[in-house]
Amino acid sequence: MIDQKTRDELAEIAARYPEKRSGLLPMLHLVQSVLGQVTPEGIEACAEILEITPAEVSGVATFYTMYKRRPVGDYHVGVCTNTLCAVMGGDAIFARLKDHLDVGNDETTEDGKVSLEHIECNAACDYAPVMMVNWEFMDNQTPSSAVQLVDDLRAGKEVRSTRGPKICTWREAERVLAGFSDGLVDEGPAAGEASLVGLKLAADKGWTAPKGADQ
Amino acid sequence: MTATQDAGAVVKSDEVTLTIDGIQVSVPKDTLVIRAAEEIGVQIPRFCDHPLLEPVGACRQCLVDVPDAGNGRGFPKPQASCTLPVAEGMVVNTQATSPVADKSQQGVMEFLLINHPLDCPVCDKGGECPLQNQAMSNGRGESRFAESGGVKRTFPKPINLSPQVLLDRERCIVCQRCTRFSAEIAGDPFIELIERGAQQQIGIAEGAEFLSYFSGNTIQICPVGALTSAAYRFRSRPFDLVSTPSITEHDASGSAIRVDHRRGKVMRRLAGNDPLVNEEWITDKDRFGFTWARQDDRLTHPQVRDEDTGELRAASWPEAFAVAARGLKKAKGKVGLLPGGRLTAEDAYAWSKFARVTVRTNNIDFRSRPHSAEEAAFLASTVVLSTTVTYADLESAKRVVLVGLEPEDEAGSIFLRLRKANRATGLEVVSIGAVNTRGLRKVNGTLVPTRPGDEAKALTDLTDLDSSTVILVGERLAGVPGALSAAAAVAQRTGAKLAWVPRRAGDRGAVETGCLPALLPGGRPVADAAARVDLAAAWDVEQVADAEGLDAHGIVAALEAGDLEALVIGGVDPADLGIRKKALKKAFVVALEVRSSAYTELADVVFPVAPASDKAGTFVNWEGRVRSFGKVLDNPHSLPDVRVLAGIAEERGRAIGFRTPEAAWAEMTQVGPWTGARASAPEVSTGSHSTGSVQATSTGLVLASWKQLLDDGRLQDGDPHLAATARPAVILASAATLAGAGLADGDRATLTGPLGSITLPVAVGEVADGVVWAPASAPGASVRHAVGAAGDAVTIGGAK
Amino acid sequence: MTTAPNQSVLTPVLTKNWGDEQSWKLSAYGDYAAAKKAFGMQPDDVITAVKDSGLRGRGGAGFPTGMKWSFIPQDNPKPKYLVVNADESEPGTCKDIPLMMANPHVLVEGVIISSYAIRANKAFIYIRGEVLHVIRRVQAAVAEAHAAGHLGKDIHGSGYDLDIVVHAGAGAYICGEETALLEGLEGRRGQPRLRPPFPAVAGLYASPTVINNVESIASVPSIIANGADWFSSMGTEKSKGFGIFSLSGHVAKPGQYEAPLGITLRKLIELAGGMRAGHELKFWTPGGSSTPLLTAEHLDVPLDFEGVGEAGSMLGTRALQLFDETTCVVRAVLRWTEFYKHESCGKCTPCREGTWWLTQTLSRLEQGQGSAEDLDLLVDQCDNILGRSFCALGDGATSPITSSIQYFREEYLAHLEQGGCPFDPEASTVFATAGAKA
Ligand SMILES: Cc1cc2nc3c(=O)[nH]c(=O)nc-3n(C[C@H](O)[C@H](O)[C@H](O)COP(=O)(O)O)c2cc1C
Ligand code: SF4
Ligand code: FES
Repeated sequence: MIDQKTRDELAEIAARYPEKRSGLLPMLHLVQSVLGQVTPEGIEACAEILEITPAEVSGVATFYTMYKRRPVGDYHVGVCTNTLCAVMGGDAIFARLKDHLDVGNDETTEDGKVSLEHIECNAACDYAPVMMVNWEFMDNQTPSSAVQLVDDLRAGKEVRSTRGPKICTWREAERVLAGFSDGLVDEGPAAGEASLVGLKLAADKGWTAPKGADQ
Repeated sequence: MTATQDAGAVVKSDEVTLTIDGIQVSVPKDTLVIRAAEEIGVQIPRFCDHPLLEPVGACRQCLVDVPDAGNGRGFPKPQASCTLPVAEGMVVNTQATSPVADKSQQGVMEFLLINHPLDCPVCDKGGECPLQNQAMSNGRGESRFAESGGVKRTFPKPINLSPQVLLDRERCIVCQRCTRFSAEIAGDPFIELIERGAQQQIGIAEGAEFLSYFSGNTIQICPVGALTSAAYRFRSRPFDLVSTPSITEHDASGSAIRVDHRRGKVMRRLAGNDPLVNEEWITDKDRFGFTWARQDDRLTHPQVRDEDTGELRAASWPEAFAVAARGLKKAKGKVGLLPGGRLTAEDAYAWSKFARVTVRTNNIDFRSRPHSAEEAAFLASTVVLSTTVTYADLESAKRVVLVGLEPEDEAGSIFLRLRKANRATGLEVVSIGAVNTRGLRKVNGTLVPTRPGDEAKALTDLTDLDSSTVILVGERLAGVPGALSAAAAVAQRTGAKLAWVPRRAGDRGAVETGCLPALLPGGRPVADAAARVDLAAAWDVEQVADAEGLDAHGIVAALEAGDLEALVIGGVDPADLGIRKKALKKAFVVALEVRSSAYTELADVVFPVAPASDKAGTFVNWEGRVRSFGKVLDNPHSLPDVRVLAGIAEERGRAIGFRTPEAAWAEMTQVGPWTGARASAPEVSTGSHSTGSVQATSTGLVLASWKQLLDDGRLQDGDPHLAATARPAVILASAATLAGAGLADGDRATLTGPLGSITLPVAVGEVADGVVWAPASAPGASVRHAVGAAGDAVTIGGAK
Repeated sequence: MTTAPNQSVLTPVLTKNWGDEQSWKLSAYGDYAAAKKAFGMQPDDVITAVKDSGLRGRGGAGFPTGMKWSFIPQDNPKPKYLVVNADESEPGTCKDIPLMMANPHVLVEGVIISSYAIRANKAFIYIRGEVLHVIRRVQAAVAEAHAAGHLGKDIHGSGYDLDIVVHAGAGAYICGEETALLEGLEGRRGQPRLRPPFPAVAGLYASPTVINNVESIASVPSIIANGADWFSSMGTEKSKGFGIFSLSGHVAKPGQYEAPLGITLRKLIELAGGMRAGHELKFWTPGGSSTPLLTAEHLDVPLDFEGVGEAGSMLGTRALQLFDETTCVVRAVLRWTEFYKHESCGKCTPCREGTWWLTQTLSRLEQGQGSAEDLDLLVDQCDNILGRSFCALGDGATSPITSSIQYFREEYLAHLEQGGCPFDPEASTVFATAGAKA
């Protein structure tokens, strides 16, 4: 249910912008963090606060793929199957997970824990094949590591992102996307190994950019 | 008798010369290439383009080749001609001369058709479908998609966007005309693009239907058969229909419509295209409100009350004329005439002349609603013969002040113009009223919160009015003492333009033709001897009665008192004037009606008269613009009012001199407008006359009320889909007012006024303090009959 | 690499501190010296410096950044806005995301300088929503900068005010297109807008707006700190400076390599330890999937705007996706085409309907169905989309198809001959050789 606290937070998001309608995308993230999906109630609440019609909110809520109109599990598991990841093993991982979890694309396991979705390129191609759990990076996966991963998630074991913090729930993640900090920023590394290969090589070779005016 | 000269001469703006398909053409700057091409007779195929909508360039059907943009350089890619403004020296090659343009268009057409169903034979749009037509002219014969084994996108069929509008998603080509119309023109973005990519479609939000007063326009501008109305769907084929241009009978807009009929039955109505009046839009009432004339209660033959049985029985036309004439003769001029506000100008003229020449009385009044002597004086001084304000003036004004007028409900075409002007030029709209309505918000208007009754003061207090201001006063102001006087005075003082906006199609014509107790046809004041002589001469009668007649309230009172013995009535709801059955029974009543009604049952003679579709005629719209139309259907069972009144008059031995609308019009033109002195404007001060209603005290609650577009009006009968789109009846008040009454949003409350009580849900609205709003008319909730009129003192409390 | 002033093949600037302890924190980053220096300059001089540096947009199109800024009509009374395009969704592109994760302050400092130059008092960073930790890092960097007085009112006594809003997207590749991004930022469906008016004249809230890629803006502090000449001393004649080259796929060491523009793929592969052992390069994208494929013939093409253009493709985002001979090009292209179909916004006919049809034709071909004529049909469909769609997404959708038919027609035909795909998909996976599969 959208209670007064949520309403106030929705209004707070809208107030970050010179024109309040700009708040709609993060507001829908907040709706998801509260309701576990975008529902007519959530649409109505956004419409009221922004003084636009529910149809206008619906138009937006159905355009962006991160907004879900069916309940999402505690862990949204995305497998990149865009070309590069697919070729590097993403297709095999996705097939394996569908089979292992006994769900199809965009479906949730019966225990409500894991929702599986094949996703498009997530800007981590140098870590292919890539998975995302609640939009945290899970780099360099294999079918067996993926199975281990979802099993751990379902078993409630602590899982850490390869380039990020301990995995929180999908609803908690959506709250961060709405612009409310969860204090986890300092967890995880600055960069993964692949991000640093060039830098390391340069250091090894003593390569640098030229000295500038100020140096 | 009045006419606004269609000011067609457009000021020549800077012209731009370009070459299209090798032909030089000069067009005003900012013209889009797609329209410049029309000037040389080249029709570039198009779907999303619509001249009254903002360009989007979405469908890509109108691509042309532009080898020179006017700067010596060409565009590397084909350009959408619907979004490309002309430039001096530009060179454009359309499909007619450019293989690139032609291939581009063929390619886009092919893409559009891959997912379009091949259901033209069963599609409502078949035969008048831009996609079908342009696929023939600019597409390829066979489908490479089907040949290559393509699988079409399918959707479960069709879905309701509203009770009236249905959507076949498979047919939709997502040109966005409907959504753009709703968002841009109507301001009702209740339909939207939803989903994305190939799944993109038109939709509504769950539980929030497409309830716009203007929804039907989307069906008309849909370039395929994706949008259909529940009223017309599957009923007919375009090529079976006979189309007749006409004018709406539902309001004073003068909107051009097109009536399509088949074998004696109107199948649908469409908006006509009249850039000076309604452009290409009409309200849903104008579009769907036509089944009223073919309900079972339609009168099909004259009736007279049988002297022996006392019952109404069928009669021949001659017998009915004779009985009516005899009854009126017996009343010896103690006759009142209530013609109502729905007549054509010709019919109104016949009523007016019938009163003066046949009955020899001035007891005639078309106003079957709250009215006053002040209003009559205002109509005689300021409205009749005037063409001060046009739709175009609304667009060019800096500011429009609305007093006692809610355009979205009471004059939809004015609402659309105000919205257009606000979007285009930032026109400032100010409303002197009690409620900040959705309609007002959609024109970005400002409310001057005013309790009903205080309008005169609020208007007088407005500053910064000048000749760039237009003041529009609604007919409701008749119920507010001093308001119309104030409007006239303010206009006089500031140079602001002033116009009166009535609700009904025949109101203005009735004013022009003198269906008023102190006003004769052509604006001649009864009180002016010269005017009477002038008219008597034109009519070739000895004289025209010089005594001011009774107004409608006076006629009703006199009937009750027995001072009047006969009544001629048409198109009036007796309850609106508080006419009681007893009074009707006592008097000799001649009724002219399309359908049987509360008083046809009690009348002594009943004449079936023709609805607008069954006769030619003229409406004079609120601008004073003459809007003539022809007959759509031939129906021998009813006659125009003109013909009925002529029949009675002839039996009475005092003929009115014409029998047809055409002859009536010819005579009206001959009689012409009065060129002598006009009556002077009323100078009534606030609170100095009684409208028969209880004026509220300053401490209690006052009722604000008007009729919404879709209500319990008889002219909306017979289309349940249309009725289902009406706004639900609610009582509106500010949160403070509701709290004061111990009520909360959504509660049911009882509203009590001088006439009684009604129970409805309440809602919080932006309503002036001390004011409660309720609909004057709504199915099962006619506040004007059950509670009282605007300005009355009311109370509100929780319903048990 | 004609003008390298020293022997450094790689020139880490933006990536320089990525290996540092808690590099994302202000304490590790520094004190915004470049911003302070900029405050001592006239805004127009900042624009001139960026112009003189030769910096061209790093988001794909390569438009000169300083020139874009100078288009902002300063006599327009409306507020000016800077919007950072951090939507990074072009397949293969993976440079902005690690940059924001490891070094968000360089972006924030770039935003401050750029906003100052165009006289914007409000800036927005539109980050694709699917990168939670990156969003945390940027949000926190903005908050830290604010707390340290680098943002807010009267920054460091300069009299200049600036606020930054970090805005999370919600899953739409099209929102990388700058006008669609503005729609998303205004709370609407991310569908591109008609141009003109261009964003510089009427962008966000119909006000003058500059939209730049993350890497473009992040390059600004170094230009101000070190001077325009420093920047233009790197790169090639018309493609100045350095850029992050992202290598992914069948290469021994995929990852980020920051080098002057003009480096060749041959060199980059060498730096990355070669193709994976025992395999050779078959085809590659120079700048994401929307840039036409190149092959091993093109290993020596200078990776700058002009060089790649001359080779029949585009530099794009320097997203070098490398595929070896185990990869079926038809499968790769079909998958990209499915991506474009999924991401087509739906506004225009050629892209919406065209991608619907392309995927069907391609998928039959991949299954070995159809005929050789279908290849001509594909090329013709692409011809009817390219340059006919509303925005460049539709154009991009045709790139892999037409280029792959150009270079690998035989491979398409082989599918028809064999009645299916002649490749073993397992052979191209990372775990195929490692034995890690199953
Ligand atoms: C379909 C499409 C997707 C795009 N995606 C991105 C993107 O993710 N990031 C980006 O910076 N530019 C993207 N662009 C390019 C932008 O429209 C724009 O050119 C760029 O943000 C300008 O910044 P720059 O001049 O700094 O490169 C995309 C363009 C198109 C047509
Ligand atoms: S090419 Fe057309 S449908 Fe495709 S993304 Fe652009 S505007 Fe949308
Ligand atoms: S008519 Fe021009 S793009 Fe649709």
